[in-house]
Amino acid sequence: MKALAARRHHRFAPVVLLLLALLVTGGVYAALAPSPAQADTASTEDIETGKKLFQANCATCHGPNAEGTTEAPSLVGVGAAAVDFQVSTGRMPMQMSGPQAAAKPPQMDEEQTAALAAYVASLGPGPAIPTDEQVDAAEGDAAEGMALFRTNCAMCHNAVGAGGALSEGKYAPALLETSDRNIYQAMLTGPQSMPVFNDATLTPKEKRHIIAYVAEQRDGSAGGLSLGNLGPVSEGLWAWIVGLGLIIGAAVWIGAKSS
Amino acid sequence: MSTTTPTAAEPTTPVGKAADYLDQRTKVGVLTKQLVRKVFPDHWSFMLGEIALFSFVVLLISGVFLTMFFEPSMALVHYENEHPASMQGQLMSVAFASTLDMSFEVRGGLLMRQIHHWSALVFMAGIVVHMMRVFFTGAFRKPRELNWLVGTMLMILGLLAGFSGYSLPDDVLSGNGLRIADGVIKSIPIIGSYTSYFVFGGEFPGEHIIPRLFTVHILLIPALLLALIGVHLFLMVLNKHTQYPGSGRTDKNVVGYPAVPVFATKMAGNFFIIFGVLALMGGTMAINNVWNYGPYDPSPVGAGAQPDWYMLFLEGSLRLMPGQTEIVIAGYTLSLNVLVPAVIIPGLLFTFLFVYPFIEAKVTGDKREHHVLDRPRNVPTRTGLGVAFLTAFIILALAGSNDLIATHFDMSINAITWAFRILFFVGPWFAFWITKRICLGLQRKDRELVLHGHETGRIVRFANGEYIEVHRPLDEHERWLRVNYEAHAPLEIEPATDARGVRRRGYKADRRWQRLSRFFFEDRVEPVTPSELEAAHSHGEHDELEPSHGSPELVSGSRSVEQEH
Repeated sequence: MKALAARRHHRFAPVVLLLLALLVTGGVYAALAPSPAQADTASTEDIETGKKLFQANCATCHGPNAEGTTEAPSLVGVGAAAVDFQVSTGRMPMQMSGPQAAAKPPQMDEEQTAALAAYVASLGPGPAIPTDEQVDAAEGDAAEGMALFRTNCAMCHNAVGAGGALSEGKYAPALLETSDRNIYQAMLTGPQSMPVFNDATLTPKEKRHIIAYVAEQRDGSAGGLSLGNLGPVSEGLWAWIVGLGLIIGAAVWIGAKSS
Repeated sequence: MSTTTPTAAEPTTPVGKAADYLDQRTKVGVLTKQLVRKVFPDHWSFMLGEIALFSFVVLLISGVFLTMFFEPSMALVHYENEHPASMQGQLMSVAFASTLDMSFEVRGGLLMRQIHHWSALVFMAGIVVHMMRVFFTGAFRKPRELNWLVGTMLMILGLLAGFSGYSLPDDVLSGNGLRIADGVIKSIPIIGSYTSYFVFGGEFPGEHIIPRLFTVHILLIPALLLALIGVHLFLMVLNKHTQYPGSGRTDKNVVGYPAVPVFATKMAGNFFIIFGVLALMGGTMAINNVWNYGPYDPSPVGAGAQPDWYMLFLEGSLRLMPGQTEIVIAGYTLSLNVLVPAVIIPGLLFTFLFVYPFIEAKVTGDKREHHVLDRPRNVPTRTGLGVAFLTAFIILALAGSNDLIATHFDMSINAITWAFRILFFVGPWFAFWITKRICLGLQRKDRELVLHGHETGRIVRFANGEYIEVHRPLDEHERWLRVNYEAHAPLEIEPATDARGVRRRGYKADRRWQRLSRFFFEDRVEPVTPSELEAAHSHGEHDELEPSHGSPELVSGSRSVEQEH
């Protein structure tokens, strides 16, 4: 305390105090501020906001009433889950036309996404956004998930979900960074080239097993650096670069010592 | 005979006594003396073969450990261990379960598995770089053609060892590889399906393939590999090691260091470095995590399913082949879509490796022994062919990774496949042409250097206002390196008819060889002869200061090669 007291007249003391004050205010605000409410039942207000957002950002391709155009499909009946998946991963609004809509930093914040989802859900019944409990990896069984993933997902997304190529520039994206909720929604709604795995094909419980398996992969490999989880090609590349690189480097060194 | 006083030669130390005891009974001293004094030339590229040899030693050591825990059985069990979580309670073969068990329950098991697998990848890579060194420097020439054959056999055995070992854990990925092998066997006309049933003991996958591969992998192939490595090393010692060209090095001597202490020390050091690198890789980098692929079941295939890198060219070859080439003749299917890419193309590639030394011997007409290596530039056609071969191999390997190229570079897999289809035919030709041009260019540069010396950057102005740059002549060592090679001319053959107009037998075959010989040696740059050097220097200081613009001796056949001036 003595050291502190001695420095209270230091010329930077006000600056430090100001920073501390800002930190405390910010921290308290962050802790106490109301988190953007995920309203269970969409209010008419939300739907109105959503409609406006839709007309400003989506209607060019999907039509003024989401009825679809030659450019893009109708959104009547796709449900809130599809909207939440596409908008929260930044796939929609689409950055540019191409073989498939790429994920990017989301353009809409959570409130706007919820409003858009509410609007599209109001157009016709469709799958709803899954609850936190439905997507909880801790509730799933990774071993069951592994078996399901192997038969349903691995052929496109790679054995551990590192992603894979489809025809004509399309691709199955890597799942290692995807949120559990988005994985569930993707299975439920089948975005882009992906087939729909409805609750009859994969029950909600099975979907949770799959999420548990993917979540387990994020912990990395028991064997060390996972090298991108890409299998033998990346292993071969590393064998040449690291293995042969070090060994030939050493050989040059041993050979150089004499001559 | 017996004397009471020991002579000076009699050993006094325990080691000396033991050695003397052995020597009196086996004459081992004679052999040891020879080996100890054996001279080996020193160059880093002569250690590339050691990479393969020492990774093989590591493979043997780690492999012995793995056999203690691996159970080659296709009986089905439920996995009961705690780790890995994703495998608990799953139905799998005993082979797969024992692989998981040795990875997660045996102390050091996963480390050993990973060291073994990394060593296999580095073993094959070591063989490839060693072969490249031998090929491009012409070390396969007489008297080493047989050793080249032994080496090529070792490479093929290495492929088989790798593939059989890769399949043992009985996981989805390697099972898919076996399914491809099954398809390739079945594509062979007439005997294909019978052979497949013979290999798998019935319809694929059956219950026999893992035990059979186990015998192949831990007994048959290692025994053959060891025996051939013995032959390979014996021939290397017998033929003496080749050496790079340089002053004082000829086909009649070997310039280097004695085996003990210098060469043996370097070799031992290299062994520990290689072992260390492989252990480090095994300890820090995950490889072939079979629990991610799951136990084999013929139905699923994961994206990014590829073999280890040394088999990738086969995968690529299959991926490039259009599928429409399967034809049905009188109810029998001829699967050219598999036969061509998986049997004929690798067959051609390996045949090239096996026959090349003999073809080159034939087109040069050279029957002498060679112990001094070629600089790759001095044999442009060979260097070009080697690079063309590697280009074809690399294009196929890249085609085998086309899906990963597509996802990582945001490209269409269809476009990539088409690009590789075209490149497979165009790429090697282009690589050959450009490599040969570069070699000829380097040779011309050597001539220029020998005749006119190094540029010094020193500009002199004469009294009459003329500027010239001073050239410093090469010293003897530099000159030796650049003039001491042979530019073979195309074969000369006897005329078609003899003096009496009678047609000569074998003329047509000779003509064919001559044509091939022309392809090899039509374009060539002759080394500077002493008289040319004399001529270049005969004008004394004047000529040395003022390089003449005479053309270098570029000899050319029917086609003219552009002159550099």
